[in-house]
Amino acid sequence: MSVLLVAEHNNKELKPFTLNAVTAASQMDTDLHAVIIGNNCVDAAKKLSELPSVKKVIQVEAAHYENFVAENFAPVIVKLAENYSHVVCSANTFGKNLMPRIAASLDTSQVSDIIKVISADTFLRPIYAGNAFATVKSKDPKKCITIRPTSFDPCESSGGSAPIEKAEPSEEFNNTKFVKREEIKSDRPELGTARVVVSGGRGMQSGDNFKLITSVADKLNAAIGASRAAVDAGYISNDHQVGQTGKVVVPDLYIAIGISGAIQHLAGMKESKVIVAINKDGEAPIFSVADYGLEADLFEAIPQFIEELNKLNTIQK
Amino acid sequence: MKILVAVKRVIDYNVQVRVKEDNTGVVTDNVKMSTNPPDDNAIEEAVKIKESGKATEVVAVSVGEEKAQETVRKALAVGADRGILIKANSILEPLAVSKLLQKIVEKEKPDLVFMGKQAIDDDCNQTGQMLSALLNWPQATFASKIEIKDKKLEVTREIDEGLETIEINIPAIVTCDLRLNEPRYASLPNIMKAKKKPIEQINASDLGVDTSPRIEQIKVEEPPKRKAGIKVKSVAELVQKLKNEAKVI
Repeated sequence: MSVLLVAEHNNKELKPFTLNAVTAASQMDTDLHAVIIGNNCVDAAKKLSELPSVKKVIQVEAAHYENFVAENFAPVIVKLAENYSHVVCSANTFGKNLMPRIAASLDTSQVSDIIKVISADTFLRPIYAGNAFATVKSKDPKKCITIRPTSFDPCESSGGSAPIEKAEPSEEFNNTKFVKREEIKSDRPELGTARVVVSGGRGMQSGDNFKLITSVADKLNAAIGASRAAVDAGYISNDHQVGQTGKVVVPDLYIAIGISGAIQHLAGMKESKVIVAINKDGEAPIFSVADYGLEADLFEAIPQFIEELNKLNTIQK
Repeated sequence: MKILVAVKRVIDYNVQVRVKEDNTGVVTDNVKMSTNPPDDNAIEEAVKIKESGKATEVVAVSVGEEKAQETVRKALAVGADRGILIKANSILEPLAVSKLLQKIVEKEKPDLVFMGKQAIDDDCNQTGQMLSALLNWPQATFASKIEIKDKKLEVTREIDEGLETIEINIPAIVTCDLRLNEPRYASLPNIMKAKKKPIEQINASDLGVDTSPRIEQIKVEEPPKRKAGIKVKSVAELVQKLKNEAKVI
């Protein structure tokens, strides 16, 4: 039996985390097929066929797949799953929304958000906001797995030429209608894949003060993150939230500014390679995970930080 | 309109969870337990809808051991009308929980089922979607805004890229995000009143559902610890360390 990977895409291009999911799926079984479901998604299907680890691409197209509604996607995948031992996709909002619907239809107990493939049926996954790691073995004949993308490297993106087969679409699910999507466009690196992330918390005190975070991020070509408290307070939009119920990030450098370090925030960033915390409360829990902690008033420290970064750039030139 | 809200009893979100020495799980003895945080949002939303006159009854349901009754009681104290406790002695997987909830839905015939988008103990994020698959109902996951429009709901969902709006026909499942609303605190008079509200107890084993585990938990371990960091005295020192020691800028 082989593995079926559900590709995430925007009909034109693959979403970057699809490559991480391919890596994880190929560790379960190297006989890896990928399904792409969409509308006019030929270009994305071609890119999928160029991933050397993918042995076959199954393309399913219909107008009602345009907006990735799980109720439309699940029946196609459930049908295809007859021929596979595993169904895999990323544990981001796309996969979290979709996979349990597939798993329940297959009468499978899903394994969510794995960070390591130990064998074809045994996986490592964080529980309790990453405060414990559970090793779990799935006994279901068909396995439904979502993978934490930042825990797997992206696969090679070119050089392959897998055959592309078409499969029949399923009927439209009429009780759910897509209305609109408000995507926040930005020239910055994506939060999930950025090498550097600069995050602000409640200590920023206002949305306007988040400009300070933006200035630091500009200097370091960084993505902007935020604690739940900052998003709840309306300082910044939800797509920036890092934590147990937001995004999990693993950048080379994570700078937490004015973030106290609640358990739920640490869950989203404590695997970062180097962590910097700037906070005026020396007892803040964020310091317990920081490689470099600076106990200071952020409104004094950030302008100095920018100035020091400027000096550095001048020296480098 | 009737709304069923599923609530789960979990270790309180402020507790620093510890792994048991024998690696069979985490320590739960003498640990503060609470309602799973986004389940509080689910109850709040249902009660608000009832207060606005658009719902007639809010029923809170939980699956768990006897003590999960406290979680149902708390839902009653913030405005649910009655409760159901499905008693189960072992920890059940989301698939089993969704099958049990399906039985309750078939009996209670609610128009809407609300629950939190994720439980903060196992972090599975599955039950709502699974229940919706079993019932073949529409699902609106990660909801941060719900508008009722006759026999439809317009739901704003928090997704990785930003926000998405969908329209779903009733009956439907909604899983709630933390930003959906601000859950109220139970007042003392309401806590007293809640003691008189009925909680029906049902044994999970009487519902004719196979709840046996499909996933074997081999071990639970502490995550690798980060090595202790240092405190720097100045911004200049910080930048030098990042440049010359960590080599990340």
